[in-house]
Amino acid sequence: MEDIDAIALLQDPVRRRLYEYVAAQGREVGRNEAAEAAGVQRTLAAFHLDKLAEAGLLEAGSRRLTGRSGPGAGRPAKVYRPAPGERAVSLPARDYRTAAGLLAEAAEAAGLDRELQDAARRRGRALRGPAGSCGDIDAVAELLAARGYGPVREDGAVRMRNCPFHAVAEDFPPLICGMNLALLEGLLEGSDGVRARMDPRPGWCCVVAEPSKNNQN
Amino acid sequence: MTGHHLAQFNLATLTAPLDSPALADFVALLDPVNALADAAPGFVWRLTEEGEPDATGLRPAGHDVIINYSVWESAETLWDFVYRTPHLDTMRRRREWFRRHAEAHLVLWWIPAGYTPTVEEAMERLAHLRGHGPSPRAFTFASAFTAREAEDAEAVVS
Repeated sequence: MEDIDAIALLQDPVRRRLYEYVAAQGREVGRNEAAEAAGVQRTLAAFHLDKLAEAGLLEAGSRRLTGRSGPGAGRPAKVYRPAPGERAVSLPARDYRTAAGLLAEAAEAAGLDRELQDAARRRGRALRGPAGSCGDIDAVAELLAARGYGPVREDGAVRMRNCPFHAVAEDFPPLICGMNLALLEGLLEGSDGVRARMDPRPGWCCVVAEPSKNNQN
Repeated sequence: MTGHHLAQFNLATLTAPLDSPALADFVALLDPVNALADAAPGFVWRLTEEGEPDATGLRPAGHDVIINYSVWESAETLWDFVYRTPHLDTMRRRREWFRRHAEAHLVLWWIPAGYTPTVEEAMERLAHLRGHGPSPRAFTFASAFTAREAEDAEAVVS
């Protein structure tokens, strides 16, 4: 299915709620749970979840949600998780990803890590806007959500499920993750006691936002 | 693929001597990051100088060029260690400590599991990568080959 057709499926508000819920969990989600989260009947949720899986926006699998196995454990339940890969539509056609890849390749070859980090830090500061502060850690999480990072609270810190620069970050990790950290450092400089730190884990954004020790009350 | 391990060798040209203040942060990170590697999933071996905790004293590629040499169970476990642990934070700062290399400075190749590779063959694999581009005999993350491809090309042993 072409990107534009897959994305168009999300015009249905129920489908969109289901997709956004599954995408935000970072684990397999069963039909009952998804239905409850979207506030619809299980059969309707199942219909839409399967549509999303057919379109390649979600991946469907089966799992025994009770944790039991063997005879008497019942039929495995159908579960859904976000599909890997990206969908994008630009009208008229634009191709910033090729441009980003080429620029990253050239910056890597030229050893421009620090120049890129400086530019990213300046951009982060500029994104804060005239108020100069992005507030406390809750406000920071909101801001990160708006920028597509998919923030998740964990032990008082904010971890990010999504890397907005994924494709180039996979090809040039030190360059692009360094850029991402500098961008977030610039963005968080004016916040109330929140700092950005690099703490990569497989499958997550390389940065964590956490209360800065200096500013803890 | 079982039966094969992935060897990784890379060079870094220092911007200043290892005992200078400019390199102090890097030197302070050596022990913790090496400990992280030793405990990482898929880690098999890394080169150390006899009686030393690391290989920074060995300078086979020039007096100001340090080497890093390790063996891993797979390309994925190596990638996850290099780019998905706090090791990435040291790489982010590479331009503070190391000069930019005009030529390839990291090479990967497959070895039989259980075999300990030598510095000489690492230098040879790097020279091969520089001279001929990526091949099953000597490659990079961006141009990886499988152990099967290396086997088929008879590129597993020197």
